[in-house]
Amino acid sequence: MNATSSGGSNAGWFSALKLIALLLVLWQALAWMVGDVAMRTPLQTMTFTANLLTSPSFWPHLAETGRAFGLALLLAVVIGLAIGFLLGINRFASDVLEPVLVALYSIPKITLYPILLLMFGLGVAAKVAFGTIHGVIPIALFTLAAVRNVRPVFVKTGRVMGLGTGRMISGILLPAAMPEIFTGLRVGFSLTLIGTLLGEMFASQRGLGFMLMNAIGLHNVDVIMALTFLLVLFAGSASGLLLFLNRRLYQRA
Amino acid sequence: MTPKKRAALWRIALLVGAVGGLEILCLSGHIDRLTMQPPHRIVMDLVALLAGGELNGAIAKTLRNAALAFVIAMVAGVSFAVLLHYLRSLRDMLDPVFATYYAIPMFAFYPLLIVLFGLGDTPQIFIGAMLAVVAVIVNTLNGLDRIPRVLLKTARVNQLSAWDTARLVMLPCAAPHILTGAKLAVAYSLIGIIGAEFIMSTGGMGYEISFAYMNFDNAKMYPLILLILLVSIAINTLLAKWEKILMARRGLS
Repeated sequence: MNATSSGGSNAGWFSALKLIALLLVLWQALAWMVGDVAMRTPLQTMTFTANLLTSPSFWPHLAETGRAFGLALLLAVVIGLAIGFLLGINRFASDVLEPVLVALYSIPKITLYPILLLMFGLGVAAKVAFGTIHGVIPIALFTLAAVRNVRPVFVKTGRVMGLGTGRMISGILLPAAMPEIFTGLRVGFSLTLIGTLLGEMFASQRGLGFMLMNAIGLHNVDVIMALTFLLVLFAGSASGLLLFLNRRLYQRA
Repeated sequence: MTPKKRAALWRIALLVGAVGGLEILCLSGHIDRLTMQPPHRIVMDLVALLAGGELNGAIAKTLRNAALAFVIAMVAGVSFAVLLHYLRSLRDMLDPVFATYYAIPMFAFYPLLIVLFGLGDTPQIFIGAMLAVVAVIVNTLNGLDRIPRVLLKTARVNQLSAWDTARLVMLPCAAPHILTGAKLAVAYSLIGIIGAEFIMSTGGMGYEISFAYMNFDNAKMYPLILLILLVSIAINTLLAKWEKILMARRGLS
């Protein structure tokens, strides 16, 4: 993908503004076409979102989702990096296990959620586990590839200097593989969020995903529009920020 | 024995060991029957379910919807990519959207789609196609960017019309990259359909699993989960093999 439209240049900002304007116009047109039964206009949605954000009943749900997502992300990053480094350093182990990880990456993981629910019970633990299995595989796969692609001369230099495994990872492999590892973390961040929300939508009693499903039952279009808007806004801007940082890392490398 | 074969043998041994370990844990009562059935029972139940034919409707429905979502995503994705290939400014504007697209929790739109289209097949197919289409667009654009200039010049020299140039030169030349997109689109449309069926629907494999889960019907739930995993892994492996052959023929691997 080209990077002409990114960065802090004026042209980049202008292009981003045009894009936002285009999306708002499309949204408004769609809302007029569909009518009031099923959709709200951007202005109505934003007003309602502001109301929602000031209502006290909303915050416990947000906190619940935030806590589940934070824990899941932490676990996914720690486990993913550990698997990635272990397999990246050991060629044979990665030959054995990489195809398994790739196969796991492409399956519809939602089918595994009932098993997690039976294991952990209906609560925050199952959600965390589900978010984690979404995020851990891309982080492991990207880290594995990044570590394996570190230039051999770096690794040899480290060995000549007699570095132990710990120093080798912290002093050589991690800095050298940082841009690709960050790409994995970026993908892992998004998938963990998707996993956590998906878990909440299927079965839970708290959280934003639960609020969304509850709103279908009540046919509360305001809540559906506001929550979808908030989630897309959060996921989009977080991912945009991470993408920006990622490109900076690549430019420096 | 080549290292590759040795790794494959180890992988099979590990998987057999894992399943065997699960079997022992289940039979010895460390994992109780309400949480999980022993693996041999799951396979026997699956055979019985498939032979009984009671699931044929659900399987056919899921696969049909996934196929429909896939076809829509391919047609819309390839034609939109060809359009974007010519409209440079629109493409520059949409690039950030493509870059952050898969960070958006697409299932958050499902409640809105249910309100718009009703609880039928349409919102599910919509989600599947929406998940798949951007993978097709990005990969097709990637393929179109790599068409050698000389081929386009030859087309101009031979005075081909725009339609003929697209049909006879550009699309065949970009075919391996479009296939990469198609491979992702298959996985995404399956994930979209099954995920949507899981969250809320009236039929299909995902619905059957969630229905069995709600009724603690493990004799039905585990075989269905196994079936979905087998089907999606089989489809993905086949497509990956085919892609490798095509890429090797073009000398791209």
